[in-house]
Amino acid sequence: MPNMQKEKTKMPEQEPKVRARNFEEVALGYTEEMAINEANRCLQCKHQPCVKGCPVMIQIPDFIALIAQGKHIEAYEKIRETNGLPAICGRVCPQEEQCEMLCVRGIKDEPVAIGRLERYCADYAIAAGVEPLTCKCTLGKKAAIIGSGPAGLTCAADLAKEGVDVTIFEAFHTPGGVLKYGIPEFRLPKSLVQKEIDSLVDMGVKIETNMVMGKILDIDDLKEMGFETIFIGTGAGLPSFMNIPGENYNGVYSSNEFLTRINLMKGYKYPEYDTPVIRHKKVAVVGGGNVAMDAARCAMRLGAEQVYIIYRRSETEMPARNEEIEHAKEEGIEFNLLMNPVEILGSEQGDVTGIRVIRMELGEPDASGRRRPVPIKGSEFDIELDAVVVAIGQSPNPLMREATPDLKTHSWGGIIVDEETGATSIEGVYAGGDSVSGAATVILAMGAGKAAAKAMLEYMTKE
Amino acid sequence: MYKILRKQTLNEQVKLMEIEAPLIAKKAKAGQFIILRVHENGERIPLTISDYDAAKGTITIIFQEVGKTTMLLGTLEEGDSLQDFVGPLGKASHFPEDIKKAAIIGGGLGTAIAYPQAKELHRLGVEVTSIAGFRNKDLVLLEKELHEVSDKVIITTDDGSNGNKGFVTDALKNEIESGENFDLVIAIGPLIMMKFVSQLTKQYGIKTIVSMNSIMIDGTGMCGGCRVTVAGETKFACVDGPDFDGHEVDFDQAMRRQGMYKEPESEACNLFKGVE
Repeated sequence: MPNMQKEKTKMPEQEPKVRARNFEEVALGYTEEMAINEANRCLQCKHQPCVKGCPVMIQIPDFIALIAQGKHIEAYEKIRETNGLPAICGRVCPQEEQCEMLCVRGIKDEPVAIGRLERYCADYAIAAGVEPLTCKCTLGKKAAIIGSGPAGLTCAADLAKEGVDVTIFEAFHTPGGVLKYGIPEFRLPKSLVQKEIDSLVDMGVKIETNMVMGKILDIDDLKEMGFETIFIGTGAGLPSFMNIPGENYNGVYSSNEFLTRINLMKGYKYPEYDTPVIRHKKVAVVGGGNVAMDAARCAMRLGAEQVYIIYRRSETEMPARNEEIEHAKEEGIEFNLLMNPVEILGSEQGDVTGIRVIRMELGEPDASGRRRPVPIKGSEFDIELDAVVVAIGQSPNPLMREATPDLKTHSWGGIIVDEETGATSIEGVYAGGDSVSGAATVILAMGAGKAAAKAMLEYMTKE
Repeated sequence: MYKILRKQTLNEQVKLMEIEAPLIAKKAKAGQFIILRVHENGERIPLTISDYDAAKGTITIIFQEVGKTTMLLGTLEEGDSLQDFVGPLGKASHFPEDIKKAAIIGGGLGTAIAYPQAKELHRLGVEVTSIAGFRNKDLVLLEKELHEVSDKVIITTDDGSNGNKGFVTDALKNEIESGENFDLVIAIGPLIMMKFVSQLTKQYGIKTIVSMNSIMIDGTGMCGGCRVTVAGETKFACVDGPDFDGHEVDFDQAMRRQGMYKEPESEACNLFKGVE
């Protein structure tokens, strides 16, 4: 008989007041007792609607059943059959729009907390020191992966499992892509990302860091080096700015710069780490996505007195996950909704002193189906600040396409691929993740990496 | 890891290192830069490539010990290795065709970056006048090397200790006024020097290229920290540059942005030197 408790089993969290000033993980994870309690809420539906909501097709009811039986390692192995990064997905996937949205329990009550359970068994297995999957590179085929974010790591894992000799090329000094530079420590501990990457290395995947592809090596070089297939997973790293006056004052950052200084370079531990960050007092973050929430919560943790989110639509239209919005509010972030910056104000020395915003109202729905924000004439006013973080989106990095004229891309920079296989305009070259779709989610990138791996394997083994 | 094959002290503040980096050396071109980290907790700093040797597989960097990272770098010896060394980054210098006569201006350490440009132009058969300015004669860099790749070399010192007192702008003006018809000026050095050189050449309508060494993290177009306004538009020094048209760069803004981390930088230097 399933547990008919209406609500998800709560996951313990650090107190908002405490966590708003530290970089430790916010959500603390289930105990075994909580996990089994939650696992028992699953109805074990025969038609498994949740699985259809998962871009990597995790066998959700099966792993949950194993947790209910106390077989946590087996549950982890079940997830790993289709997903190489469970500890990460359990934390950062938008489950509410995917598996959990389709959960039958969710029709009347709250859905089963699939994400929390995934996280639980991954953490359990990592703590218990599970055996790495072994790969012997037995196939005699070589594949190159450009970029070590979620798409590249997933593609690498799936190819390695099949015996392909895989080399990942990463531009930064450490692998992980957005998992390392973008998503903050308090949402996704870096030690955990590293453990997932280490398990790939245990499988025989080689990782070459400091390799800015398109600059140091190009597609032709890789082919010459014997890589039969190549996967491009270079992400969406090119920051967008608002193109309003004052954007180059000191104290205006792209979300990429702000987060990279803090996460990747560990600026919050300055001077133990050499990269400085300036601890601003009043910070505005422009944007309404997960990246904006991350930046705002980082600013708070660096000791800001006031942190604002400035977003031109209302909260309903915010692309950030509800959980992130709630967490941000609990931590004291103020939401300035229906406002749009028109100018950043600065001092003679060139430092930010404020931002001029205009109030907006919602008009008719636009192409995205969301109601279009329209400025209210004459409603401008100024907010005093000493820093502005621009988190209004990123587009694909241009380096690969500049170095590869044959690689067909959209006018906005995304690589054009066959949707099913990820095949690009160049034979043997595949792509997936944000470099194809523009900035999206970790799990969609993983789904694309997986699909490409399948196609790459077929390409390499067809005769 | 990237091994230091050769280390040479050029003056009391400036050192040269030849680093083993065969893949970068194969692709490097004049005007490009690298980013390095000295150790695991280190920051990423950009340094322009001063010389490269594809056959030997080496990249030469020349740096001035101005901050914690460059001071730390200066303590490493031949045989030691750098944690990270990334490149070649940025666009290679692109010289307009049919250049016959060029003036290459180096200010202080900028001379080390101007040198490969002079070398490249010389190789292309351009008549090269190199003008390099330093505070005093003890700080003069690469004089011999400049002579090897230039038709004429003028070294100026702020205090006149080498017998030629003045700024590079004075020397350049002299050359122009005395009838040298430069069709290209390349100026590399402190922002203030590049600003004044650009102002001068604008009066004479001589095309001028400057090299922006902005604050940056990744060097691949990702952080946008290296924003520089060129002809009223925001550009990223790392991927759009580092070379830009000197007549179009907003130097005043660039100078303000350069000073953004002054406080933490001097704090880090003091901690490094053990000064309270």
